Amino acid sequence: MSGAEVSADPVMGRAPYQPSERRLAREAYRRSRTRRSALIAAASTLAVATVLFIVVTGSPGWPVTQKTFLSPHYARAALSPVLHGFVLNLELLAVCGPTILVLGLVIAAARTLRGPVFLPVRLLATAYVDFFRGFPLIILLLLIVFGVPALQLQGVTNDPIILGGTALVINYSAYVAEVYRAGIESVHPSQRAAARSLGLTYTQTMRFVVLPQAIRRVVPALVNDMASLQKDTGLVYIGGAIDAVAAAHIMVAGSFNYTPLVVAGLGFVILTIPMTRYADWLTRRMDRRRAQGGIV
Amino acid sequence: MTATDPVLRFESVRKAFGEQVVLDDVSLEVPEHSVTVLIGASGSGKSTLLRCANLLEEIDDGAIWLDGEDVTDPRVDADAVRRRIGVVFQAYNLFPHLNVLDNITLGPRRVHGVRRAEAERRATELLDRLGLAAKAREYPDRLSGGQQQRVALVRAIVSEPRVLLLDEITAALDPELVTEVLSVVRDLKEQGRTMVLATHEMAFARDVADQVCFLADGVILERGTSAQVFGDPQHERTRRFLSRLSDAGRL
Repeated sequence: MSGAEVSADPVMGRAPYQPSERRLAREAYRRSRTRRSALIAAASTLAVATVLFIVVTGSPGWPVTQKTFLSPHYARAALSPVLHGFVLNLELLAVCGPTILVLGLVIAAARTLRGPVFLPVRLLATAYVDFFRGFPLIILLLLIVFGVPALQLQGVTNDPIILGGTALVINYSAYVAEVYRAGIESVHPSQRAAARSLGLTYTQTMRFVVLPQAIRRVVPALVNDMASLQKDTGLVYIGGAIDAVAAAHIMVAGSFNYTPLVVAGLGFVILTIPMTRYADWLTRRMDRRRAQGGIV
Repeated sequence: MTATDPVLRFESVRKAFGEQVVLDDVSLEVPEHSVTVLIGASGSGKSTLLRCANLLEEIDDGAIWLDGEDVTDPRVDADAVRRRIGVVFQAYNLFPHLNVLDNITLGPRRVHGVRRAEAERRATELLDRLGLAAKAREYPDRLSGGQQQRVALVRAIVSEPRVLLLDEITAALDPELVTEVLSVVRDLKEQGRTMVLATHEMAFARDVADQVCFLADGVILERGTSAQVFGDPQHERTRRFLSRLSDAGRL
């Protein structure tokens, strides 16, 4: 190297940027790769779909199976009662979902409390989670839906929907509490140290520093539990409530055609997909605002 | 390839984030066994240049050559390129769930297929040379910043990369710890390693650099030997940058 080189002034005397041949060639190459991947994806999807179609429709029992599970006639007849039943499922989800998310958070926070004073709270929360996470939901539902009315208490409801919803809340909040706890423990201790060093109390540290990071990390797991809850709202039918599944079941019992159950099942899928996509979109947006970027 | 070919060569590299052009027509050659120091204000593009070289960012135009191979060609296997480059980050980026030894041997064992015993022998040897042998089984969170950064240096060199990229590796350390990390870098220079480093430690840069580049607004405004750039800067902005630093007592 001989003599310091001084580059041209960046502002003056420099031609405006023109993409080079190399850049254009690279972009063309990447475009052709994208096109190729799209073509391969389309071709393989088509191939798999064709094979599945041939295997399923070519099977010996297909005509009977089709009539029993996929009858357009019964599907049309089932639509109205099943949709009517779905209102109950949605109501249960709308009430139980938020209740579970809040109650689970309270239980998880109680489990992380420090100090001897809080020992009973901590023990109680731990015992709650240990017990109800292990206790089968269906038995809990039966106990609450039939056991509580049997006590003949004054002022306590016998409504199977409310009692069933209560059983769901008890069971699911134990699961959700553990999801929150995993999130809380995944926040690096240095974050807590930094927050306490600002003079924030333990509660303020949780509220403003730890929980916002913890909840962000467990959103996918929470959505998972909500999707699962949504399907389990159907279990209230054991107390006599008519939800989408029960409505379909009634029709099946009358006709021995299972199409209404397929319709109800697809209804649950259609409900879950937007929920998942919304959560994905939400977390992606949060990531974009914070992340450094880069391509790895 | 002849002996005089540069290990790393940037050719008219351009990188923009949206409207903002971060690197504008940057060309630079890094000869073997030499130390290139990038100086310049924060946001001048030093870190981006290093990230582009390691293919952590995709460049918009131009090319980057490693040992005569265009590594920015979309057909190139980026992992194979990164295997030949060592990187140390400002925030150490050690893996908190692995102890020091596992942090260092992860690459050799999983990427380069070195047997555990061999990888650990080599890691221990390097740790020993840096006075960290006693910390081999400790976890990163229990080490001081200077110790963590020295471990990160060992992690970067253990697989004998062709070039070492150091991105403001002392920026998060207090002066005492800066000294211990920089003395390691000085040793690496003695061993003849090829390095590119972005730094704000001007005294160190002046001392260790074979080539100094002053970046401003994504352009290499001035380039030369340490004596040329620090002793007799040609460009007005270089002079202002250096005089601001010496006013602040950093030069």
